[in-house]
Amino acid sequence: MEQSWKQAKAAFAAIAAPPVLWLLLFFLIPIAVIWAYTFGENVGPVTIDFTGTFANYARALEPLYLGIFGKSIVVAGLTTVLCLIIGFPVALAIAFASPKMKAWLLLLIMLPFWTNLLIRTFALIAVLREQGYVNFALEWLWNNASGFMTLIGLAPLGEYEPLTLLYNNTAVVIGLVYVHLPFMVLPLYSALDRMDRSLMEASLDLGAGHLRTIWAVVVPLAAPGIASGVLITFIPALGAYLTPDLLGGTDSQMIANVIERQFKRANDWPFGAALSFLLMYLTFIAIAAQAFVQRKAERRG
Amino acid sequence: MSKAKFLKGASRRSMLQQFGAAAIGISFAGGLSACGRGGGGSTVNFYNWDTYIGPTTLDDFREATGTTVNMSLFATNDELFARLRAGNPGYDVIVPSNEFVTRMSQAQMIQELDRSLIPNFANLAPEFQDAPFDPGRRYSVPYTWLTLGIAYRKSAMPANFVPDSWRYLFDSPQFTQRIAVLSESADLIRLCAKYKGISLNNIPDATLTEIEQMLIRQKPHIKAFHEDDGQDLLVAGEVDVVLEYCGDIAQVVSEHGDAEYGWVIPREGTLINQDCLCIPVGAPNVAGAHAFINYLLDAEAGQKIAEEIQYPTPNAAARALMPEEYKNNPIIFASPEVMAVSEYGAFEGDERARLYEEIFTRISAA
Repeated sequence: MEQSWKQAKAAFAAIAAPPVLWLLLFFLIPIAVIWAYTFGENVGPVTIDFTGTFANYARALEPLYLGIFGKSIVVAGLTTVLCLIIGFPVALAIAFASPKMKAWLLLLIMLPFWTNLLIRTFALIAVLREQGYVNFALEWLWNNASGFMTLIGLAPLGEYEPLTLLYNNTAVVIGLVYVHLPFMVLPLYSALDRMDRSLMEASLDLGAGHLRTIWAVVVPLAAPGIASGVLITFIPALGAYLTPDLLGGTDSQMIANVIERQFKRANDWPFGAALSFLLMYLTFIAIAAQAFVQRKAERRG
Repeated sequence: MSKAKFLKGASRRSMLQQFGAAAIGISFAGGLSACGRGGGGSTVNFYNWDTYIGPTTLDDFREATGTTVNMSLFATNDELFARLRAGNPGYDVIVPSNEFVTRMSQAQMIQELDRSLIPNFANLAPEFQDAPFDPGRRYSVPYTWLTLGIAYRKSAMPANFVPDSWRYLFDSPQFTQRIAVLSESADLIRLCAKYKGISLNNIPDATLTEIEQMLIRQKPHIKAFHEDDGQDLLVAGEVDVVLEYCGDIAQVVSEHGDAEYGWVIPREGTLINQDCLCIPVGAPNVAGAHAFINYLLDAEAGQKIAEEIQYPTPNAAARALMPEEYKNNPIIFASPEVMAVSEYGAFEGDERARLYEEIFTRISAA
């Protein structure tokens, strides 16, 4: 039985105090300091003067950086759409599996998630590079097909040219989808799992086909789950740094790579902070949109 | 059913906040433990590059003097600078590169060395006893020096061809999509200046614009910007020509033999770097720091280090103890003709660094 916190204020305060204090001290206050940096100027190599200037934001809104923001949004959006297309059937499969299989399938989805991101990205490099497993497999198929063709009397295929799957934008998208898939599957699964099955049965009884049932009944009911899955995939993908850095080619730069350079080699913390906060404002807008969708769905449901 | 309820209860925002708090909490704990380790008695905290020390150097130092050395690692000069920027978290000896020696001395982050505590300074070759980036060697002593050059796969070259110009990296489609260059903005721009035949310091603005246009034109032919792992790309077969440091390639050639891989420093000259030992301001054990620096400049200690890391050593006494393959290795020690046209990169101020970074951002975004 859920109890409103108002009925036990002392207990609630006692339990809520440590995490709230932790958040305040180690999250909100440092973020506030960085936010103050966005209005600062560099004086000398290590000091920042808080002058209340908007010059950093003005520079961050120049076409060069807006273009990079735009490109990051496109890449993150593509990643989210692909995760949705791949993740929705997976979540459906898990939601409708037997209870015993459910636990195993969830574990399968979450297990790579527990491995360090850097190791997973290096593993992808080993798979995608020219002397990697994808190319080994394709080469084996190619050589066997070539052998088969000589067998039936046709000219053999030429030398196998390895596919360049790494150091380009394709590799970055593959890497981002691989890393963010668990983020999409879990909220989707949660929404599908608590959906009322009787509505689906009713739809099937009334003559709708399976696909139509999914489109017209399941997807709208799972809309809040889709919204939160999209949000929790899009935002980390937007700020992805490691994946474009390791897997990308010469024009796979995303906004987080630019921000990293401002804090490191360029030693321009106010400008880096301004770029980071533009990203954060975008995030807040996305969260507000998602909350709006959620509230609309709750009012309807 | 209960599992679904649990997932429903945790909202995305609180989950994100908790991830952020946990991350910050963990990094804070790491910082505190680093503070606690330093100071007092016989320990020296050494902040060094990865794989940049002999296998037994720290143990040998402890046997000789009783002082324990705690070594932590960093990957780039920027990381070193960012770590020390808000105050010294307890390091006694650090290893910045030449440009950062200037930058940190201007920012008053490193202190002057007491040469009387470093008698092994006399072991250094005469050309390293002074430096343009640290006049009088007040703040630093050299540890290693290094050059940038082109490493290439011999089987991918036309017969008897050696890519001995920066043109093949920066201005030619000959090796299209088989080129990798460093992602360092300053290094790239300076080497392009060398290619254009001018000094890599004080590059005029008009030349900077030319260099930017040249790199934008060349970008479709470059496969990747690597972060000092170019030798791995070369060995893995991803690229055929790569911009790299001499020591990394010396290691590759000693492992794989020089029938397959070659190294050349282009005839236009190159950028020389020097990694130096410095003592940051606020070091807890200054006496120990001086003793450790003096030990690293010892002939035998220097020999063991050079044997392990295969980078050129400025220590003449250590070099005398090294085997012939090291002393006469053209990859490790560049020829005098090339050294005559090569230069150290000077620190030209933060504004310049920001300009170079913006140029690189424009090149990457183009």
